[in-house]
Amino acid sequence: MIDVIMPQMGESIVEGTLTKWLKKPGESVERDEPLFEISTDKVDTEIPSPVAGTLGEILVQEGTTVGINTVVGRINDGAGAPAAAAPPAAPPPVAKAAAPAPAAPTPAAAVPVTVEPAAMAEETAGPLSPLVRKMARENGIDLSQVRGTGAGGRITKQDLEAHIDGRSAAPAQAAPAQAPAQQAYVAPPPPPPVPQAVVQQAPPAQQAPPPPRTQAVAPVQEQAHFRGEAPAARVEPMSVMRQKIAEHMVFSKRTSAHVTTVHKVDMTRIAKMRDRVKGEFQARHGFSLTFLPFVMRATTAALQAYPLLNSSIDGTNIIYHRDINLGMAVALENGLIVPVIRNADEKNVVGLQRSIADLASRARSRQLRPDEVQAGTFSITNFGSFGSVFATPIINQPQVAVLGVGTVEKVPVVLDDAIAIRSVCYLALTFDHRLIDGALGDQFTQKVKSILENWSEEVL
Amino acid sequence: MPELVTATAACELRDLGRVRYAEAFVLQQQFVERRKRGEIPDQLLIVEHPHVVTMGRNAHDENLLCAPELLDRAGIEFHRTDRGGDVTYHGPGQIVGYPIFDLREWKRDVVAYVRGVEQVLIDALAEFGIAAGREAGATGVWTEQGKIAAIGVHISRWVTSHGFALNVATDLNYFRYIVPCGLTKPVTSMQALGCQADRDQVVAAVARSFARVFDRELEKL
Repeated sequence: MIDVIMPQMGESIVEGTLTKWLKKPGESVERDEPLFEISTDKVDTEIPSPVAGTLGEILVQEGTTVGINTVVGRINDGAGAPAAAAPPAAPPPVAKAAAPAPAAPTPAAAVPVTVEPAAMAEETAGPLSPLVRKMARENGIDLSQVRGTGAGGRITKQDLEAHIDGRSAAPAQAAPAQAPAQQAYVAPPPPPPVPQAVVQQAPPAQQAPPPPRTQAVAPVQEQAHFRGEAPAARVEPMSVMRQKIAEHMVFSKRTSAHVTTVHKVDMTRIAKMRDRVKGEFQARHGFSLTFLPFVMRATTAALQAYPLLNSSIDGTNIIYHRDINLGMAVALENGLIVPVIRNADEKNVVGLQRSIADLASRARSRQLRPDEVQAGTFSITNFGSFGSVFATPIINQPQVAVLGVGTVEKVPVVLDDAIAIRSVCYLALTFDHRLIDGALGDQFTQKVKSILENWSEEVL
Repeated sequence: MPELVTATAACELRDLGRVRYAEAFVLQQQFVERRKRGEIPDQLLIVEHPHVVTMGRNAHDENLLCAPELLDRAGIEFHRTDRGGDVTYHGPGQIVGYPIFDLREWKRDVVAYVRGVEQVLIDALAEFGIAAGREAGATGVWTEQGKIAAIGVHISRWVTSHGFALNVATDLNYFRYIVPCGLTKPVTSMQALGCQADRDQVVAAVARSFARVFDRELEKL
């Protein structure tokens, strides 16, 4: 087995994100054939395999950021592997001594390659099941020392268990040769720190262990390999962020009694004002003016009028929050995050737009501080920017409501019995019916609507 | 003291004009393979694409703001591709540069390379009186008024492909298909900043700047 490590792609680079494995465990790979891809700072790099062999195991899952020199996987280079167990198409074994080739012109070859202790070699007669191989590996057993009782002298799980029992009864015999190997191989690294919020910060270079879910995924992959067929589906582990999102969404649906009410808002007044000032706004502030800060401003005013919408449930108590901290959903490359504008009611349209631009940009570049995604008391999601007319958002716990903003569209409407063209959007309020009655939800949304339709504040 | 004379490595500049994205992609791959085999020197390919939205390897669908069918109806092509970065738009009025560059002959440092490409564009924009710079954590070239050039790179055995897209006179409305309004910094172009330079002038400036930053002797083909 040859360790495959996260290469250093430049002087200043201390970590990289493994974005894609180009081979599956059990698949054969040629030396210098692209094995996986990493991503650093908008650069995607294919990393070639340091040796020929079969990909033994994947230790760092796709989407994980690890420090350079972290072992990301292992390649079984064929040396010492049982001939019968090797797939027919496997390339000829490569001498281990040839592996570290510092002068070779490929990125991975410039990187130290560690060679597994000889004690781990699996030298046996007859094929081995993946289970047996895994058990042997995890227990640091030299399979040539195990007597097989299965068909054709094949080593079974029972043989291995008997061997393990026997070995622990006489530990002095086997220990010296195997202990170091076992240590290096089996000792589980500390689990990654669980982030407080749904924010995927790259772990520091030193803490770059394979996530524990590796274990759970392995059997599926081994099974697919064992059947020797092309799999009908692709198994891909979720990123940490995706797991957190999944957990939170189901948790919220289970917790709150979700009800969504939709109100139509005539945005013509604001659209006209925005058209009039947007050039100067952009020139003066360096970012453009959108509809969102208007909706936020109206929302904070409505929250002041109806403070129950700005509360949380704690058992049988209602917690009324003093501050109005607006969460805003931001779509990321592969997930979403809800940074918070603190004391949003103290900001005018310019201040809100500035916060929106700043938080969204830093959310995308993963530069939010943990406290910037906490303590939200109400959330807004702007699915209108994706063209959605209206949707039924899920409440961001422990909040009790979320306002979805639909796309602003020009539509024909009947005004004083004449057809007029107006800029219209739908506001969808999802509220927790445990606490908020339909009438209150609608009063709140009507308040937002009324502020937007009768907008009087100067923007510039 | 006699001056130490070193030979500057050559780089071929090919301004290919308007090329569809898929064709340019195949062309790049061919140049990459030939560059890997050492048959050709470094290349700087310059193209302009018809309207196209591309998604990088790490981009996810939710980053695209509308269904691919909608793009199709608007006459915009859609491609998934293997460069770094997420979703971007290319179209008329934009100078797209694909350096096919062997980093072993420059620096084996992918981040230094990206910073270098940024420098090429910053220097070129300066020739037209446009002050541009970098933003920490957001690769690309930025002006006070927004992002003016995007960068996304793919590297295989130290040979680069993909590259940069500089908005010269791009119709910025097309970026609406990919950037959620209100949630990102704006995109801008040289024209939007009041610069009326024509494409050839800008290509020439970018090429000069490229030669200086990467210390290459450009040979126009």
